[in-house]
Amino acid sequence: MNNADPSAVEWDVIREDFPILRQEVRGHPLIYLDSAASSQKPRCVIEALRHYYEYDNANVHRGLHELSSRATDAYEGAREKVARYIGAASAEEIVFTRGTTESINLVANAWGGKFLKAGDVVLLTEMEHHSNIVPWQLLAERTGIKVRYLPVREEGTLELAELDKWLTPEVKIFAFTHISNSLGTINPVQELCRAARKVGAISLVDAAQSAGHLPINVQEIGCDFLAFSGHKMCAPTGIGALYGRRELLTAMPPWHGGGEMISSVTFEGATFKDAPHKFEAGTPNIAGAIGLGAAIDYIEKIGRAEIFAHDEALVAYAIKRMAELPGIRIFGPSGKRGGLVSFMMDSAHPHDVTTFADRYGLALRGGHHCNQPLMRKFRLPGTTRASFYFYNNRAEVDRMIEILKEVQRFFA
Amino acid sequence: MNSDLEDLYQQVILDHSKRPRNFGEIPVGAVHVHGDNPSCGDEIHLHVKFAADGAVEDIKFTGQGCAISQASASLMTMKIKGKPRVEAEELAHAFQTLITTDATDSPRALGDLRLMNGVRKFPQRVKCAMLAWRAFEQALAQTPESEAEVSTEPK
Repeated sequence: MNNADPSAVEWDVIREDFPILRQEVRGHPLIYLDSAASSQKPRCVIEALRHYYEYDNANVHRGLHELSSRATDAYEGAREKVARYIGAASAEEIVFTRGTTESINLVANAWGGKFLKAGDVVLLTEMEHHSNIVPWQLLAERTGIKVRYLPVREEGTLELAELDKWLTPEVKIFAFTHISNSLGTINPVQELCRAARKVGAISLVDAAQSAGHLPINVQEIGCDFLAFSGHKMCAPTGIGALYGRRELLTAMPPWHGGGEMISSVTFEGATFKDAPHKFEAGTPNIAGAIGLGAAIDYIEKIGRAEIFAHDEALVAYAIKRMAELPGIRIFGPSGKRGGLVSFMMDSAHPHDVTTFADRYGLALRGGHHCNQPLMRKFRLPGTTRASFYFYNNRAEVDRMIEILKEVQRFFA
Repeated sequence: MNSDLEDLYQQVILDHSKRPRNFGEIPVGAVHVHGDNPSCGDEIHLHVKFAADGAVEDIKFTGQGCAISQASASLMTMKIKGKPRVEAEELAHAFQTLITTDATDSPRALGDLRLMNGVRKFPQRVKCAMLAWRAFEQALAQTPESEAEVSTEPK
């Protein structure tokens, strides 16, 4: 990853792949700095969806006709791509889901529902997105498990010195984010998985913010589960994946019942297919999976190491320029971070900043970023967040700074 | 300067958001309503003391949130303090009409509150402007000295 040379990539040419970015919003050129919420889509992904619907559309796995086999090949081909993309041992370890949220709910319900009992502990961290908190709270209500949180330090990194104290023998699963969606912190996932394994706990990595931004290899990370969404990495909405180690997926019961996931059904009961199919009841999001495959091809052509280096340089530039502004607080670690920055301005509430910026065509995110417990801990009403992807550039950062200066003048 | 923004954030509104009037609590003899806007985290604690005849004898609030939610609360308390109950109810109704419809003629009785109609062009911010009023409507429905929760989102 350190050998990446982002200067060798023609980022301006790549930006042309995104038709949506070529528009004006409220009379100003659109500056889209909300990719941590959802990324934009390159033409090749949009084309892949169109091609599927115009030529290959049919249901998968059961039609004995040409279109169904094409659709099935494309759908299962996308599964192979996902497996390769994250370094899974085989495609059988990839379950297609609607996204990170559904992936985590799957683990909480199918794995947690079977293997956790009252008194067991699920360890999370204080920087988790609601999607990696609420599924466990719901499970706790049903089963009497306990949910605990590894603290976050004021500077926005995990309290790693206390890790051993929190990883007690009652901890059965340790689930944590790879990159914080509000702070940008990059967690040492390899180290966290190793620590979990040492106490016999299963590990789950929430890769929503990392899957499209840096190279990921589940075998190197050493995680048991990894969840991510397509729409944050150039793919359509409504598609994502769960990686699960084969033994775990095999031992887990299904969680949704229906067609596609069964071997045979009688009026008395049913037997199920093997993983991953037993977790994919009903007609899946075939077009979405194909779009995800196209997004993976696209991202791999650019190079994830190059993308990370680009994002890192851009966020560093943004932070340097923001530091020129008086009365601004920047959150998150001072060292390495993902391509996003959260901040507070003394003169204006995050929602007023965001509304103001929107009137100048600048899309920022204002609010709690689905991190309410963390915001409460830091006594923040929310923050404003600028998040970057490889189609953003320095000129857009400069424009953001001008608009933030306007905000300060206006609300002073 | 963008004219929609100037309509939304008029000087009076910015002034009330920075120096909210009637900011504080009424420790005894008041109805207390906690209102929140879960989608963005705005929050208000509204204290209303009703006279024996139902008039709004005193009203104060604390809370935190964006300029719109804070200014709306401040302007509301100034307007309805001392008003008979029926008049206060009418004002609440008139304010909602003002910011959620295209009605061009707003009652003069609303006074400075009419400045808030810039929020019409910002549908995502209507909840911010309505938060204090939702809390007040809840206060009207409460028994004396009781407490209640109210939210801008359907529960």
